[in-house]
Amino acid sequence: MSYIPNTDADRAAMLKAIGVGSIADLFQDVPEALRYPQLNLPSPVSEPEILRELREISEYNVDLEHAPCFLGAGAYRHFVPTVVGHLIGRSEFYTAYTPYQPEISQGTLQTIFEYQSMICALTGMDVANASHYDGATSLAEAVVMAVNVARGKRRKIVVSADVHPEYRGVIRTYTQGMKLTVVGEDRGTGAASALAGIVDADTACVVVQNPSFLGYLEEPTGLRALANAAHAAGALFVVSADPISLGLFAPPADYGADIVCGEGQALGGGLNFGGPYLGYFACKQQYVHKMAGRLVGQTVDRHGERGFVLTLSAREQHIRREKATSNICSNEALMALAAAVYLTAMGKTGLRKVAELCYHKAHYAASRLSALPGYGLLSERPFFKEFPLRCPKPVEEINDYLLNEWGIIGGYNLGQDYPALAKTMLVCVTEMNTKEEIDTLVEALGSMEEKA
Amino acid sequence: MVEYAKDRRYLPTHEWVKLEGDEAIAGISDYAQHELSDVVYVELPEVGDTFAQSETFATVESVKAASDVYMPMSGEILAVNEELEDSPQLVNEDPFGRGWFIRFRPSKPEEYESLMDAEAYQKHCQEEAEKGGH
Repeated sequence: MSYIPNTDADRAAMLKAIGVGSIADLFQDVPEALRYPQLNLPSPVSEPEILRELREISEYNVDLEHAPCFLGAGAYRHFVPTVVGHLIGRSEFYTAYTPYQPEISQGTLQTIFEYQSMICALTGMDVANASHYDGATSLAEAVVMAVNVARGKRRKIVVSADVHPEYRGVIRTYTQGMKLTVVGEDRGTGAASALAGIVDADTACVVVQNPSFLGYLEEPTGLRALANAAHAAGALFVVSADPISLGLFAPPADYGADIVCGEGQALGGGLNFGGPYLGYFACKQQYVHKMAGRLVGQTVDRHGERGFVLTLSAREQHIRREKATSNICSNEALMALAAAVYLTAMGKTGLRKVAELCYHKAHYAASRLSALPGYGLLSERPFFKEFPLRCPKPVEEINDYLLNEWGIIGGYNLGQDYPALAKTMLVCVTEMNTKEEIDTLVEALGSMEEKA
Repeated sequence: MVEYAKDRRYLPTHEWVKLEGDEAIAGISDYAQHELSDVVYVELPEVGDTFAQSETFATVESVKAASDVYMPMSGEILAVNEELEDSPQLVNEDPFGRGWFIRFRPSKPEEYESLMDAEAYQKHCQEEAEKGGH
């Protein structure tokens, strides 16, 4: 049975409408030699043979079950309780889409509502949406929202150089063609409070990351001063934050944030070849009408029973059509569910414990590594679970040695984003790194020096 | 029963304007609020903003759609109806009264003459309804 919905007559009419004689004519612009190239594929093999071949190829991969990992820079290895996989794998949930008649799926809406409530508790904000694709897109949505809050009258975006370089790239991609000016990135790292000087009446928002991309914890007083400077100029203060850090440190609401967003992968999501990730997004009540995405609310039905509804999706295209201010028409439901299950399983105390373990282990690693000859900390600034380590050799060289000789995944090479930070490695330590792993890393780096 | 207030004039896009001395107030018509169904949010301009006739000055969000609201006459915004922020339903309950949107100072008072009176507007709405609405 053919599922092609149009008839020969339909197709002839369509071809006539666009002035083409046949479907083949549509491919005339493709050089003839490329139209039907020989693919030179090997001959078919049986299923057991192909599975064997694929398994052999897959064994070249380095995986986190076997290789100690000190790489973070936005994607983190945290413990994922088994219950997360069990719950999100249930067939009732195992779909990335909210149905087009959302209220029919009360269970899905309830999980989103609970996710939103927990994100609010974590960030100190009034409302959280049902999520975005990842930390970078949620931050870009925050910038677009700030421009809309200012009714498009403010065209300047102040962004700290301490915001993840890829997030800054995504902000530029999202806002291209909107005639916005992005400033502040030339201020160098570690200067979040120095940004106050470039905030003016044309500024729509000030964007910072805390902990910063380099892992540093900004001083709350400095952030408060920057928030005050933004508010005095009529701009919004946007904070991108690692949600795990919020288990231990003050919520961004405490130092004046209007919008808090970030990458939620750390909350029950694994490191799965880059995705799926989770952009969490929360803001103050007064800006809710400008918030992208959707918001699930709790209400009562006509019998007085608790129920859940899609309360707000004002920015979405199915309501605002061509006037939509965001391209977001959905949410990262499955990963939001994973985050909700993770936060529920951990609880307030568990999340704090995870953050404390990260903090203490990272500080143990920092003290050991910085004592190695030729190595040292970039600065004495307080940090959370990542810190920049000055190295005696190029980071690529060290990482090759660690992986090939010791089976260790080294840290992030900061020189690729910050020329001033050549030979500087961003080392990440989470609760998953054992003391033995850290000691082995120290031993490995020490032995590299001896060999040199 | 749809009302067509006679003391004001209308745009084909269903905004009304009423002159009060050298100032004017504007909102959307009873017909428009019926078509929109329950209004859940009104995005209003800021005092001091200026708009040309037919420019978008506000957006009404109902449970069905978000619609632009057009300036009936050119002018500068003097005040907006802040009550709508907490009570957008006033647009449905009293579109010609407490559901007003803006008070403004017309910069081209002669534009008023080009607008439809209640009778012409009612005819326009009936035609639109016969065509199956908008």
